[in-house]
Amino acid sequence: MSALPLPAGDALLWRPEPYRIERVRRDLADTFSLDLVPAGGGAPLAFRPGQFNMLYAFGLGEVPISISGDAEAGGPLVHTIRAVGPVTEAMRGLRAGAVLGVRGPFGSHWPVVEAEGMDLVIIAGGVGLAPLRPAIYYALRHRRRFGRVCIFYGARTPDDLLYKAELKRWRGEFDLVVDVTVDRASHDWAGKVGVVTRLVEGGGYDPLHTVALVCGPEVMMRYAARALLARGVAREGIFLSLERNMKCAVGLCGHCQLGPHFVCKDGPVFRLDQVERLLAVDEL
Amino acid sequence: MGEITGLDRLLGEHPFFAGMPPDVAKLLAGCARNVVFEAGRYVFREGGAADQFYLLRHGTVTLEVRVPGREPLVVDTLQEGDVIGWSWLLPPYQWSMDARAQTLVRTLALDAVCLRGKLDAEPALGYELFRRFVPVMGRRLMAARLQLADLYARPSGGRG
Ligand SMILES: Cc1cc2nc3c(=O)[nH]c(=O)nc-3n(C[C@H](O)[C@H](O)[C@H](O)COP(=O)(O)OP(=O)(O)OC[C@H]3O[C@@H](n4cnc5c(N)ncnc54)[C@H](O)[C@@H]3O)c2cc1C
Ligand code: FES
Repeated sequence: MSALPLPAGDALLWRPEPYRIERVRRDLADTFSLDLVPAGGGAPLAFRPGQFNMLYAFGLGEVPISISGDAEAGGPLVHTIRAVGPVTEAMRGLRAGAVLGVRGPFGSHWPVVEAEGMDLVIIAGGVGLAPLRPAIYYALRHRRRFGRVCIFYGARTPDDLLYKAELKRWRGEFDLVVDVTVDRASHDWAGKVGVVTRLVEGGGYDPLHTVALVCGPEVMMRYAARALLARGVAREGIFLSLERNMKCAVGLCGHCQLGPHFVCKDGPVFRLDQVERLLAVDEL
Repeated sequence: MGEITGLDRLLGEHPFFAGMPPDVAKLLAGCARNVVFEAGRYVFREGGAADQFYLLRHGTVTLEVRVPGREPLVVDTLQEGDVIGWSWLLPPYQWSMDARAQTLVRTLALDAVCLRGKLDAEPALGYELFRRFVPVMGRRLMAARLQLADLYARPSGGRG
């Protein structure tokens, strides 16, 4: 049975609710995390690992951002955002006390409850660790319900590694495999260098009893999926989180269409066999 | 003979040579020896003669590109179970990068001159070796291409 709270019903999904920024964390030069609490008091919305919210910067626009906090902690709603364009750049400039609009939560979730009893392999690239962090929190909270738990994380350089302090802590857990690699480094980096897909070869998990959750740039996910298949993980056990531009987030406007799917409603988390044919194509 | 038999066993235990026919393992063991590198020591240097290759048994080796006026750039790390170097297979038999022990490193070094002689005389040995090297080369080439593609650069994707 799921230990996770159920998200709110559809009625609340059209109107942005005002949320106050309780705390801003500067994660990387261009990436920051916002802790949000309802401006009018009360508990933040409930969500499942892998779901996203539409965050509205008043007067500027709305962007889909995954929820990166702990679904069971009951604390503020956490989002980790990389500043890439007008809306996310504006959000980078916000300080504690500022107010954002929040609509959500939307979309499908990582099958963490369904994966209980299996080995869990989590593969993240770059800021793709953010949408996976709630799944990691779930696995840590319910560690005994899983077999082996592996976290494979790749980033561009050591300076681009997200949540460094947490990664260190997770690495210290004796029943967790945490393997980190970067694409390039100078000599003072004592860790691994190479693409994240190579980590899939290690970890000691049992491919026949593995559920894999993958999030990162689309090309990286495609190669990670191939590496998992080559290790013998079943297509049905591989899940990816996809991104497409969004507007309504409730399956009406068609902005996020990917072949027969709406990413906002059928995704963002898909099983590999649902999307693998579409992934080879650039824009659909 | 005892040393050769021991090396023979170590070769057979290394993943790179998994499932190797025993007679081929014996031939290779004749060209192998144990070599240890302390942390920080070079395994080989760019431009040097590629007169051996190494099976990594313990530790981590970095592959580095020298960049004038800058710290060397680490482009790959190799771990226990990996093989280091294929420049010995093809003329001009010169290393194209630096390889350095990041930790204490234990290897089995296979002498290339000895091997090349045996490869000429024993086509079956050549086949066994190429059969193992080609997939490794393919995987590393693919990995290098992905690194070049700079997957995580902004703003190709919001999450990169
Ligand atoms: C379901 C979902 C979850 C997401 N989760 C996160 C998250 O947790 N953290 C985060 O930082 N970002 C996340 N994103 C991406 C985020 O929504 C975009 O970066 C944001 O919309 C950019 O808006 P902007 O106005 O700042 O820049 P824009 O001007 O809209 O975009 C700037 C540049 O980024 C590119 N871009 C924008 N959105 C995307 C996208 N979805 N995929 C690929 N390229 C894009 C544009 O082509 C452009 O080159 C998610 C997207 C989706 C669909
Ligand atoms: S964003 Fe409108 S249908 Fe998905």
